[in-house]
Amino acid sequence: MVERRLIYALLLFVVCAVAFLTVNARGNWEFVLWFRGTKLLGISLVAIAIAVSTVLFQTLTKNRILTPSLMGFDALYALLQTALVFFLGGLGFAQLAPQVSFFTSFFFMMLASLALFGTLLGQSQQARGEDMHRLLLTGIIFGVLFRSVTSFFQRLIDPNDFVVAATSSMASFNSINGDLLLVSSVIMALGLIAAWYLRFDLDVLALGRDAAINLGINYKQRVYVTLVIIASLVSVSTALVGPVAFFGLLVSNLTYHLFPTHRHAILLPAASLLSACVLIGGQTILEQLLNFSTPLSVIVEFLGGVTFLLLILKGRSR
Amino acid sequence: MIDIRSVSHALHGQTILSDISVQLPKGKVTALVGPNGAGKSTLLSLIARLQPLQKGTIEVDGLDVTQTPSKQLAKTLAILTQSNQLASRLTVADLVAFGRFPHHQGRPTVEDNKLVDEAIESLELTSIRHRFIDEISGGQRQKAFVAMAYAQDTDYLLLDEPLNNLDMKSARTLMQRLGSLSAQSSKTIVVVLHEINYAALYADWIVGLKDGRLVANGETKYFLTNETIEQVFDMQADIHDVGEHRFVMHYR
Ligand SMILES: Nc1ncnc2c1ncn2[C@@H]1O[C@H](COP(=O)(O)OP(=O)(O)O)[C@@H](O)[C@H]1O
Ligand SMILES: [Mg+2]
Repeated sequence: MVERRLIYALLLFVVCAVAFLTVNARGNWEFVLWFRGTKLLGISLVAIAIAVSTVLFQTLTKNRILTPSLMGFDALYALLQTALVFFLGGLGFAQLAPQVSFFTSFFFMMLASLALFGTLLGQSQQARGEDMHRLLLTGIIFGVLFRSVTSFFQRLIDPNDFVVAATSSMASFNSINGDLLLVSSVIMALGLIAAWYLRFDLDVLALGRDAAINLGINYKQRVYVTLVIIASLVSVSTALVGPVAFFGLLVSNLTYHLFPTHRHAILLPAASLLSACVLIGGQTILEQLLNFSTPLSVIVEFLGGVTFLLLILKGRSR
Repeated sequence: MIDIRSVSHALHGQTILSDISVQLPKGKVTALVGPNGAGKSTLLSLIARLQPLQKGTIEVDGLDVTQTPSKQLAKTLAILTQSNQLASRLTVADLVAFGRFPHHQGRPTVEDNKLVDEAIESLELTSIRHRFIDEISGGQRQKAFVAMAYAQDTDYLLLDEPLNNLDMKSARTLMQRLGSLSAQSSKTIVVVLHEINYAALYADWIVGLKDGRLVANGETKYFLTNETIEQVFDMQADIHDVGEHRFVMHYR
């Protein structure tokens, strides 16, 4: 049953992709297809990265409300951008080569996530069951810290530069940099292959630590590997389009709802397809059909935020 | 045999187990008894490598639990822990099927599915096999988790308070099943029990823990004396012989 739904999701994705490429296309077809194709690839990559990282994160934390952005990733991204503006000035920041900006973000994001894992792994001798909670607490505290430092920097820079910082710390699905697509495709492909390889173990990890160990899973190592996958996926997507706080939550819960299964062999591709459909379909409708000026990220985040509230009110945090 | 040698354990500077050495006989049912907080669950979790062993050694069937690959141990030993929370929304059948994971690593065979069905039937869960775990009663949940350990089909089975939440009949059926598992399939079963009379009837061997120490250990009929009960539980109770069995009249 869920397998069939996966096929429907794939068909929907194809429809969205074709619509994205062709609706309102005029003039030089070769140019239009190349231009839109690049954008399609970028949006799909980001969509899949967000979906897979969120599902993995929620499996590890046995929770359906928390997302990687809770670990302070979006806050770190905002901090990095603001810091760049602070040190380079608004003009210097605008002149920065995209690769430099990307790798700066990517590098620091990886570093920060490894620091988080350090706290996770450093206390292996502790009583059991605490690991995940400590990680989450660390993430929340880092998030608050990053935000405070960001606002501190923003007070220091001059108002014109502040505008540059403020816009680049908000997600934009419309301005994905084509130059970065190749390198981020490679990083993301590696992460996705690893996640697929782990799909059965992930099913067991969702049972919790003790059950997973009882069933012969090398728990600590698997959690570590999964966290590294999450970190690289989130880093790439955040560096490509900026922080997206609630979209992952929207997509993962939509997936759990439409695909009622515990099997990651279904959940991972399903979440990826749904995520891509929402972003590509949404972008097509907004841009081509409605001629909307509201960025898609605003609408998606609004829907995600509503989902978040509904989940909290319904008390279905598990 | 489960061979426990000089095992000590401490958490946050507090001693939980001190210098436990005991051998749990192969192919028998061993009951682990003692007051709340005696360290029974801790001892089981150390045997099942759920916590790192701080001091001493534990061997299960000659396999050192700290050295043997976890994958291999999962085919030798299964544990039912005292509290079980799930993240995913699973049906009873899904949960029980996980018991076969050590044998197929995610790709179940026909044989695996057959053993899952058998486990479901033997715990009388057939009528609720497609219900979700978070939508059934506590006792039914407990049975589902027991069935999962059962489906793992290991030579060694550790059960931490498996009778929690079970009604009289289910409790009796489960204890009978454990008895026949050891008698007929020569499985080694270690079970934490609070009702000493279940131990009296179904266990071959009883181990008594108190304050993290081993205070009594022996064949069932030798264990069940006024002195031992007093030593382990700090309470007096009459002992009655009914037929060939001993009962501890601890209700009053
Ligand atoms: N995670 C923990 N942190 C600190 N102390 C613990 C922890 N788990 C258990 N203990 C302590 O260890 C002792 C033994 O606990 P446990 O093995 O669960 O006892 P039992 O199963 O016999 O009731 C208790 O005194 C308890 O307070
Ligand atoms: Mg206990």
